[in-house]
Amino acid sequence: MHEIVIISGKGGTGKTSLMGAFAHLALNLIVCDLDVDAPDLHMLLHPENETSEDFFSGHEAIIEEENCTGCGLCADLCRFNAIYSKAGVFSVNPLKCEGCKVCVTFCPEKAIAFPERHCGKWYIASTRFGPMVHAKLFPGAENSGKLVALLRQKARELAQSRGMNLILCDGPPGIGCPVISSLTGTGTAVLITEPTPSGIHDLKRVAELCRHFKIPAAVIINKSDLNPRVAGDIKTWCLADGWVIAGEIPYDMAVTEAMVNGQVLTEYLPSNSLMRIAIQDAWKRIESMIQAQRAA
Amino acid sequence: MIVSVASGKGGTGKTTVAAALASVWNAPLDAMDLDVEAPNLHLFLNPKIKDCRIANIEIPVVDEARCTHCRMCSELCQFKAISDLGRILLIFPEMCHGCGGCITVCPEKALKPGTRELGEICWGHAGEQDFFMGRLRIGEAMSPPLMREVKSYRKKLRGREDRDLIIDAPPGTSCPAINAVMDSDVICLVTEPTPFGLYDLKLAVEAFRPLGPPMGVVVNRDGIGNDAVLDFCSQEGLPVLTKIPFSRRLAEAYSDGRVITQAAPELTPLFKDLAEKLRQLSRASSPAKEATSHA
Repeated sequence: MHEIVIISGKGGTGKTSLMGAFAHLALNLIVCDLDVDAPDLHMLLHPENETSEDFFSGHEAIIEEENCTGCGLCADLCRFNAIYSKAGVFSVNPLKCEGCKVCVTFCPEKAIAFPERHCGKWYIASTRFGPMVHAKLFPGAENSGKLVALLRQKARELAQSRGMNLILCDGPPGIGCPVISSLTGTGTAVLITEPTPSGIHDLKRVAELCRHFKIPAAVIINKSDLNPRVAGDIKTWCLADGWVIAGEIPYDMAVTEAMVNGQVLTEYLPSNSLMRIAIQDAWKRIESMIQAQRAA
Repeated sequence: MIVSVASGKGGTGKTTVAAALASVWNAPLDAMDLDVEAPNLHLFLNPKIKDCRIANIEIPVVDEARCTHCRMCSELCQFKAISDLGRILLIFPEMCHGCGGCITVCPEKALKPGTRELGEICWGHAGEQDFFMGRLRIGEAMSPPLMREVKSYRKKLRGREDRDLIIDAPPGTSCPAINAVMDSDVICLVTEPTPFGLYDLKLAVEAFRPLGPPMGVVVNRDGIGNDAVLDFCSQEGLPVLTKIPFSRRLAEAYSDGRVITQAAPELTPLFKDLAEKLRQLSRASSPAKEATSHA
């Protein structure tokens, strides 16, 4: 079983649009949306949920007003400025509370409750390309890294039980907690970039992250004809820094049109379109890269 | 006034709007990049950096000679950052949230404060304006502590001086995005008129509405996609502050690192108008603004 994760550093470079097309081109796969913060893949794949589970993670502090004497020790100890007082009444701002339990532990009146935090939901679904594991973190919730780890584990279990040999994951933007959780121990990372100053800047950061975690990675330059000079800079840098370029995809308004139609690019585009051919070529290179990895 | 430029979906044009607003702002201004995982605003504002410093988070360091393995620290820790193996107290620095609980709870004073590097904070000048940014260390998982450090760095530097601030926020709707926008006077939500843009805008509105600041929407790449974003805004009573027309020429200007108002001077009035509308939006709500006194 091989797991591929698509990431980019910068948002909006085309992760989900290309991911949808790859899910169409790949065979015998589990699809997984790890961008639990702002998941978009479902708008292309229209999953029908078979199971739906609650996701709990960590706890949150809640001051029980009737037992609170207003000593303020909790506010002094809280490193996250999550406890405030209004007219002598202390409260916890749930958006700032990290669930560290320090206030709960040290409250002399034991006046702080510490219930589990319901952070989101996760689903196993079916799509026209195969089974899909996805989730929705509640807006403003934290611990997306834990939910990502849970989805990857469920995707592996599903792949095993249904005899699938590929897990294809749409990753989150950035390089922090949910990205690290998506990346650690995965088979191959596919880095989607664009020929803009932000695209190349964030590609370098996400590539360094792959190196840090020793994850083999391939780069795709999306919207490559938007700025041939910067696209050239990206190629030169990839060559010098030792990253494989799996493909270059032209800039095309079809991305939006396909999205409005609820289709993936390889379904929407005619078979002779340059973009479709470029996407197919990129996927072939990724597949042969995986084969080479397996052989090694 | 603090303006946060945010979005649910990445790549909708937050940095484009933040840089353009900075270029037309008619009062003393600080610009701050809080997308510390993928900071890009400096690529457009080209600040002359005056100071870059490492930001740290406090983590525990164990003095084995004092530790009696009572396990109070490992039982308190909610983040699996301390594990007591009986003879050794193992600390996993990367897991630590810096709550300080273990150091406080230890009866033997066997835990001392140490540090983990979060990343760096930079400050400089971009023309008349000041520029601040955080840059997360590669491999560091937690961006909110660094964002807090960037905000407090500016606060210390400014002292009592009141200056407008534009924050370029990270994408998404979870803790990093919330941390970036939470103390703003107005939130400028940048979206695009596509299904992804709409879906993530809805999430952002749901996540940010409880925070209190008034919100307005900027529709970028107007002309692509469909009208569903506009329909949503009118249903929700969200003002559409401006629409930035789509053109390949503007996309190319961005790809060259040019600020949109310089690449397309005809758009300058549009951003001046946006700046004014953001100011009005923040004023309109300020009497009702909660006087929160955070500890």
